[in-house]
Amino acid sequence: MKRVWRIAGVVAALVIGSALAVGLQIPLAKTPGGVHAGGGAAVSAAEVKIDNFTFAPAMLTVAVGTQVTWINRDDIPHTVVSEDQAIKSKALDTDDKFTFTFTKAGTYTYFCSLHPKMKGKVVVE
Amino acid sequence: MSHSTKKDEILHDHNHDGIDRRGFLKCMAWAGTGALCVIHGGVLKSYSLSHLDTIGEREAKGDLSFVQISDSHLGFNKPANPDVAATFKAAVDKINALPVPPEFMLHTGDISHLSKAEEFDAVEQILKSAKPKDIFYVPGEHDVLNDECAQFRQRFAKGSQGAGWQSFEKKGVHFIGLVNVMNLKAGGMGSLGAEQLEWLEKDVKHLPKSTPIVVFAHIPLWSVYPEWGWGTEDSAQALGYLKKFGSVTVLNGHIHQTMQKVEGNIMFHTAASTAFPQPKPGAAPAPGPMKVPDNQLRGLLGVTDVKHVQGQQALAVVDSSLT
Repeated sequence: MKRVWRIAGVVAALVIGSALAVGLQIPLAKTPGGVHAGGGAAVSAAEVKIDNFTFAPAMLTVAVGTQVTWINRDDIPHTVVSEDQAIKSKALDTDDKFTFTFTKAGTYTYFCSLHPKMKGKVVVE
Repeated sequence: MSHSTKKDEILHDHNHDGIDRRGFLKCMAWAGTGALCVIHGGVLKSYSLSHLDTIGEREAKGDLSFVQISDSHLGFNKPANPDVAATFKAAVDKINALPVPPEFMLHTGDISHLSKAEEFDAVEQILKSAKPKDIFYVPGEHDVLNDECAQFRQRFAKGSQGAGWQSFEKKGVHFIGLVNVMNLKAGGMGSLGAEQLEWLEKDVKHLPKSTPIVVFAHIPLWSVYPEWGWGTEDSAQALGYLKKFGSVTVLNGHIHQTMQKVEGNIMFHTAASTAFPQPKPGAAPAPGPMKVPDNQLRGLLGVTDVKHVQGQQALAVVDSSLT
């Protein structure tokens, strides 16, 4: 599962990269890295790494319905919290993950409530 | 006792403000190995710990002596220090070996690494062997994970206000423990919040100007390095309430290294961690745990010993490493 998500993350990053390069919007649900949730509907996945007190990528663009997983690669715990608290992880220790499914289009800004200089953004289209 | 001017003693006051800036630089340079800084009658003197014999008995003893420990991070087990319990015990041993037993201790937060009950248990167990039985705590951000500070307050700050702020008197010195790790805002630094600031204003309002003040909090109350969040958003307001006092000492942790600064009547001091060192401001891409060679680790960890001599202007702050 971890491997699939990683591949998905890479594919998503590549797709976003090309989308930005040519100015196109490509719905990520159609990418081959998607995993299938119960019920048979295709769900795409993306990953944000927390490393060296930064969210990478700091800005992620995904399609509605995408599951985004944050994984903490630091020796220090971090959190993922949106300013309106709609997204709120527990403290993530090293290698802990937090997943949130974005069901509505919009721009979601979040930060680490322990190290608030760490900020990130998810754009859901 | 009069002090003859020795090699490592500094006695200048060019700006007539009680601060010798070159002296402080020298003092800071010693911070890794330990230094004693004393201000008497507005003049700063600093001594290397290797020349403690040049300090008079009165200064060395003081009327009130206490110890600051910080950032014990019990539960941390990564390469920067796989055994934080051992180094925490070494800090307690160091405190127990002091020639004059301190009256009490301050722990300036990040007691635990992940706010787990077993981590807090381990801290309490180790501190049972400390000679000073009176210990005052403020929380670090690692102590308030997931439960809005409930466990911290229940264990370490019974009878405190809000998220754990408190004040108390010891031999004429007024101590104030502040909490600046709650409700942090995106992009910001440490935060005290309106309710705590209001409490602080009332707490010090009726104290005479001559009362020595010691403030302790986890995140520095001066802007050490805002890029890494090493500062407190609303500290200026808090320090404003303390302007009228002749002597204010601010003790912090969080940055896992000793650092000192004097601004007007206020002396700021950060303590080393007993767990692992962190890089100097801007010296690394991020402020995470710093892996150093095993034989250097204990030299970068430590405890801070603070003494107050009644009738004197300021406190003496001594850092010592665990080596």
